[in-house]
Amino acid sequence: MQTPAPFEYERASSVQGAIEALERHGPEARIIAGGHSLLPMMKLRLANPEHLIDINGLEELAYIREQDGEIRIGAMTRHVDLLKSELLALHFPLFRDAENVIADPVVRNRGTIGGSLCQADAAEDLSAVCSAVKAKVVIRGSGGERVVEMEDFHVGPFTTAVGAGEVLTEVRLALRPGAGSAHEKVERRAGDWAIAAASAAVWIDESTIADAGVALSAVGMTTIHATRAEELLHGKPPSDDLFAQAGEIASEDCSPSADGRGPVDYKRHLAGVLTKRALRRSAARALLQET
Amino acid sequence: MKVSMSVNGKQVSGDVEPRRLLVHFIRETLGLTGTHWGCDTSNCGACVVLVDGEPVKSCTTLAVMCEGREVRTVEGLQVNGGLDPVQQGFHERHALQCGFCTPGMLMTGRALLDENPNPTDDEIRTAISGAICRCTGYKNIVSAIRWAAEHEAQSSKEAEV
Repeated sequence: MQTPAPFEYERASSVQGAIEALERHGPEARIIAGGHSLLPMMKLRLANPEHLIDINGLEELAYIREQDGEIRIGAMTRHVDLLKSELLALHFPLFRDAENVIADPVVRNRGTIGGSLCQADAAEDLSAVCSAVKAKVVIRGSGGERVVEMEDFHVGPFTTAVGAGEVLTEVRLALRPGAGSAHEKVERRAGDWAIAAASAAVWIDESTIADAGVALSAVGMTTIHATRAEELLHGKPPSDDLFAQAGEIASEDCSPSADGRGPVDYKRHLAGVLTKRALRRSAARALLQET
Repeated sequence: MKVSMSVNGKQVSGDVEPRRLLVHFIRETLGLTGTHWGCDTSNCGACVVLVDGEPVKSCTTLAVMCEGREVRTVEGLQVNGGLDPVQQGFHERHALQCGFCTPGMLMTGRALLDENPNPTDDEIRTAISGAICRCTGYKNIVSAIRWAAEHEAQSSKEAEV
């Protein structure tokens, strides 16, 4: 039987209450949201928190809305709601691409965007998705709120910019014209972690790429921000050749490990091909050739 | 720690360690062994129960996280002593061999039809993609859930007449 080691449990009734509980219990306290990453790690003793602070009651953190030129997503928004959101599908269709292949529908009923980002598993899809669309996250502590760019969010394997006594409360996606985005993933079977996955976004101004985002899952110790590939795309007209070159660069810049899901050369190859495909679909969506 | 919830329409409570998983609370504290405890890693779907109408893997949920919730297990499927159409469908279409995955498949199928009464085969396959049958009876399971959908549609039509 796999059961977590003993811990104390409490339910937070507000974000402020959760922050106070984190401060009261110190470094061995953890927030639990959907629990579908944390509980399996606790069963395996990879995580051994002494206090769990349950934020499932914080309905005020479950929303997807448009506000001040941004799409804002509350940290407790579950995968199923990200999948079903027409607002997200309209502006950032890569969320729907990703959510169709994140775990399975039953797991998606529980897992949350805040939990996925804070878990910061390199094989997890939403970290790459949020990186590609250059999201910002809102982190709240007793001293107030700060807004962190995705490129500064991942500080190491399973480690994020969320500090002691802090809670991630919101993800913000700026609405900019000419946007297109896509997520491409290859997995061994339905519901499995990625062998490799690529998220891409482009912002096309007239006929050139004004800005681009590329991020990769499962091919490094952290989510890979493919900045060299992004730089290549800047200011150029979208083309299959360009996307193939960007894929080659992304393939060079990732650092996969061999495991049961495949050898290094295969994963590198996949990273390149998936980057190319994700960029091609992003551009087609930006140019309204594909939904 | 005290925990209270409704299980199959009955109010239940127990004094449990916070680390008690919902599946063990249901099976051991309440003695409802219809819910199966399978892979323990949220992969196999044998432990699926409905929490507030939504299918959830009870091996990856703490009992204390279900305080005040409405839980429905396979024991709560029957209506007035008769089988739920999903259960009847599994009987009609021979949708089980060893039966280990069946409780989770039934609850997952029930939740699907509650949300989408007329699913396509693809939608049924997607819905049960988080439930593993090692007797490889997926074809008959899909057929059983479709049988239930068709019979529910028919009986609601008859009820209208």
